[in-house]
Amino acid sequence: MIGRLRGFARFWYDFFVGDDWTVAVGVLFAFAATYGLGRAGVPAWWVAPVAVVMLLAASVRRAARSRN
Amino acid sequence: MVSRRGVGDRRSTQEALESLRVTQCFGPKGRRHVNSAALFLTVFLACAVEAVEATTVVLAIGTAREWRSALTGVVAGLLLLVAVVAVLGPAVSAVPLDALRLLVGGVLLIFGLQWLRKAVLRASGHKALHDEDAVFREQLAAAESASVGGRGLVSDWYGFTVSFKSVVLEGLEVVFIAVTFGANAHDVPVAAVAALIAILLVAGVGILVRAPLSRVPENTMKFVVGVMLCAFGTFWGAEGAGVSWPGSDLAILALVLLYGCVAMLLVAALRDRSKASS
Repeated sequence: MIGRLRGFARFWYDFFVGDDWTVAVGVLFAFAATYGLGRAGVPAWWVAPVAVVMLLAASVRRAARSRN
Repeated sequence: MVSRRGVGDRRSTQEALESLRVTQCFGPKGRRHVNSAALFLTVFLACAVEAVEATTVVLAIGTAREWRSALTGVVAGLLLLVAVVAVLGPAVSAVPLDALRLLVGGVLLIFGLQWLRKAVLRASGHKALHDEDAVFREQLAAAESASVGGRGLVSDWYGFTVSFKSVVLEGLEVVFIAVTFGANAHDVPVAAVAALIAILLVAGVGILVRAPLSRVPENTMKFVVGVMLCAFGTFWGAEGAGVSWPGSDLAILALVLLYGCVAMLLVAALRDRSKASS
């Protein structure tokens, strides 16, 4: 039973988080920063695109290094 | 500190002015057509890619075992996906728009970054390209060596379960993308039609040729879908977090261009590094 529950949790973790958990955490931080800056009256539309570019580059670089 | 009401008022005024400016330049139908076309393309490509992968497995099972159990598994899998849509659709529609955009944008962005990361690694030679012929051969060998036996109305349990799992696993992500795209863009019919056309087209060709659809440019399609998911995920997620985008919906096109260029630059950089180290 516990094994099945673990398998179920593992499936949904893989489904939503995938191979690189830092990407998921980075996206959460990016939107939290966007919200925080917006509430403070600072234009924040640029935060998420910059975060996406940095997260993608870092994730791809890590994966390529680990495969070399 | 600005009050929430103040922020909301300022935002709606900005949105109204922005909308007016874009409408003057492109017209309201132009904006809607751009959005609908991008929505259709993204859902169609995502569905087609996943349908190709599921079709390969079902074809291998049908060829090596028996078609009846393989197709029963497909029908059972599709029924489960329809049930998921029936539950998820109304649930997604019931969430307030800003919260929906933040939640769905975040998840779509994480999906998109996963797709794009793999696509960049494949295009730069750091990960094996997805090869439907190889997958077909592997599935065929596994199906031929598996034990025979039925349960209940299913005469070949192995063939049924492998087909069922393949359809459900490949279909679940597509269902999520189609439902959330449709709900967020207020265009569920376009998302549903794109998904249906992709599935029927791929399944139809698969039935006709009875061979893996290895000529479909799957890796390129995954690259495009990754870029589109990232663009829509960023746009909706940031809107949910309170952002008013410069250029309104046209910002999606700018994001597609930005992410596409960055991904291609990353591919080029990784290729150069591989050449330098070899």
